[in-house]
Amino acid sequence: MKEMMIILFSAILTENFILAKFMGICPFLGVSKKLDSAVGMSVAVTFVMAMATAVTWPIYTYLLVPNGLDYLQTVVFILVIAALVQLVEIILKKYVPALHKSLGIYLPLITTNCAVLGVTMLNISKELNFAESMVNAVGAGLGFLLAMVLFCGVRQRLEDIDTPECFKGIPITLIAASIVSVSFMGFGGLVEGLFK
Amino acid sequence: MNDFMVPVLIVTGIGILAGVILSAAAKFMAVKVDERFEKIRAELPGANCGACGYAGCDQYAQALVENPDLATNLCVPGGAGAAKALSEIMGVSFEATVPNYAVVHCNGTCNNTQYAVDYEGPATCAACSTLFGGRGTCPNACLGFGDCVKVCPYGAIDLVDGVAVVDKNLCVGCGLCAKTCPKALISLIPVTSNVYVRCSSQEKGAATRKACKTGCIACRKCEKACPSQAITIVNNHAVIDPAKCTNCGTCVAQCPTGAIHEYKCPVELAAQAKAEAAGEEKAAE
Repeated sequence: MKEMMIILFSAILTENFILAKFMGICPFLGVSKKLDSAVGMSVAVTFVMAMATAVTWPIYTYLLVPNGLDYLQTVVFILVIAALVQLVEIILKKYVPALHKSLGIYLPLITTNCAVLGVTMLNISKELNFAESMVNAVGAGLGFLLAMVLFCGVRQRLEDIDTPECFKGIPITLIAASIVSVSFMGFGGLVEGLFK
Repeated sequence: MNDFMVPVLIVTGIGILAGVILSAAAKFMAVKVDERFEKIRAELPGANCGACGYAGCDQYAQALVENPDLATNLCVPGGAGAAKALSEIMGVSFEATVPNYAVVHCNGTCNNTQYAVDYEGPATCAACSTLFGGRGTCPNACLGFGDCVKVCPYGAIDLVDGVAVVDKNLCVGCGLCAKTCPKALISLIPVTSNVYVRCSSQEKGAATRKACKTGCIACRKCEKACPSQAITIVNNHAVIDPAKCTNCGTCVAQCPTGAIHEYKCPVELAAQAKAEAAGEEKAAE
């Protein structure tokens, strides 16, 4: 249990996908203008990360490794995740239209998102077992949510501030993102201490 | 040979399996889209302005498909043309819309009123209005940062002498500006009405007079003079009921401060402001 908690909280805080590993930067900058779309995107990412891990981990362990094909993991994972996201979209549209309405536009965007591929490959390279992989994936998604929501708040304040002409738009956004990222560096070593 | 074939077979196999599952899913779980939806959507202007009361054109089209009793004339930018087309698609009788246009109930130009404070914050009305309600001497004045200008999808609003003015010819009456204005100075009136009060002051007459040369001082002259009883005084300023107003112009002539105006397009107003400035210069000489 302690192991699981360490994996979960380090995925959320110390190894935050956006702010510490710098993966999934495009939705981080692209969809963080409004709180509701930021939350929608993050929930979709969390959902897809968990689904992708649940599918890619068995494929890697029971199909690729026995045949000595672990070098093909990137190609196979991209293929599987892309197909999976499409399938999830079709199923949601049919059976859960309300969820499809709120996540719908984000799902195709996530298909080739590096954060989703990143979490599945990290699970393999860290040699986590299936349960640990799932916890890591959910933690990574929650970390994504946390970073998006925090940064969304920062951005909404940036909108109302009279920034110098040369910093307007993307430059000030990137500077703000780096400062938020630096603040997350402060979490280093926190999780191991928490569950001693 | 085996070293080469196994990976190829496995990756191809996964690909084919994914393809089969996806195409099967697409076929068996297809969601039927009402064909009328696409047709209705094509007739709507696609501005997503929200004037119909729905979030966007897609939502209005969806609501129409689901509920045939819904009025087909809710789209303001589309006007009578869109209403007619929608009625044909839905097979219901057609009712024409009365198009509206937006008017700004303030005439607090640089000549008529003054700034009470030097405001140096963010250049938006929303930000300015949060600080003691604005920067002018009149608490109900147009702030002049043009939040409405920015939000208007049709470019129908201009700032003339520090006050927002709507161009009737470009305005489609979507009401986005009325929702945006933090001072709630903008309202929608039917295009048939040409007379409106360019003041929203809620102060007593004397206070309004001090703050602005052309503010409505609630003297009730217009209320008494109006032959069709279309004017009432609400919150210390005159309000014209467009349903009763006949555009006779009696109130415009009666108003001692010039708060009631006949509609003029921004081009005319700009020319008028210029002429006034020129006249003042001459008088100064």
